Amino acid sequence: MASALTLDRFVAPTVTATAKIVVAGAFGVGKTTFVGSVSEVPPVHMEETITRASALVDDLARTPEKSTTTVGIDFGRKHLGDDLVLYLFGTPGQARFRFLWEELIVGALGALVLVDPRDLDASHEILTLLEETEVAYAVAVNQFDGAPRYPLTEIHEALALEEHTPLSVCDARERASCMQTLIHLTEYLAHLAHRLEPRP
Amino acid sequence: MSRPRQDPDLVRPYVRTGGRTRPSTDVRLESVVFAATGTHPGLNADARRLLALFAGSRGGGLAVAEIASELALPPSTTRILVADLIGLGLMTLAQGHDDERPPASLIERVLHGLRAHA
Repeated sequence: MASALTLDRFVAPTVTATAKIVVAGAFGVGKTTFVGSVSEVPPVHMEETITRASALVDDLARTPEKSTTTVGIDFGRKHLGDDLVLYLFGTPGQARFRFLWEELIVGALGALVLVDPRDLDASHEILTLLEETEVAYAVAVNQFDGAPRYPLTEIHEALALEEHTPLSVCDARERASCMQTLIHLTEYLAHLAHRLEPRP
Repeated sequence: MSRPRQDPDLVRPYVRTGGRTRPSTDVRLESVVFAATGTHPGLNADARRLLALFAGSRGGGLAVAEIASELALPPSTTRILVADLIGLGLMTLAQGHDDERPPASLIERVLHGLRAHA
């Protein structure tokens, strides 16, 4: 039996608008850390159950015995004013769970892709999914301690990013760094939105 | 159209899961809901547990994602449960979601808010 929550777990009754940004990337890239650095409440974790019926669209040869599996989603929030809350959703974004990804990105402002400089290749799956589902995104290198520091132009090229796709460096453990990364992303999203929806 | 990625070994998904690209209702994981007062006969155990979460809310709201986590229910199940409770008048939504694409004005508000809290 779930008990009642403490008052600080609730958002203000004055909240009228919510916004969502999806933080995506390969396993172990720092998504949960990033969400936790920005969130004003301890990040929560959900498991979406994938049943056999949806797994059938998957490559069955890879998981012939498995009838259900779960996909983890991390979730954090930050009030950006009395009436506005930003929600962050951290998820791997796997091609084989594409329908879950498509549900998650509906209504999102955009996505932030975290990459590990020690394993850039691991990011190709999520980058492909983002392009195929036409989500606006920026990329941030999570600069792990001891990881090689490549010039951003080289990483941009190695990831085969579009010329206009923003790329920055962050430390997912540092709140200020994460906030700055979100600002860069949102500036880019605002730029794109105004191209589609010119100012009056 | 985006140019193709360069990894030739990448497995490309080509099977679309028809009808799953949009939620069946406008309740999303980031939707904030508030509990109304009152009850309804015949609520199932999950619905009662869900409403019980709001006992100390003082009018405050929760995102559907937070409810899912707290009740250890799959997000998809929680969305349906919340939509049912809204239908019964026992919960209200902070905001409807009419568009798939968020308006530029919302992006600007988020940008200002992030800068103010950086």
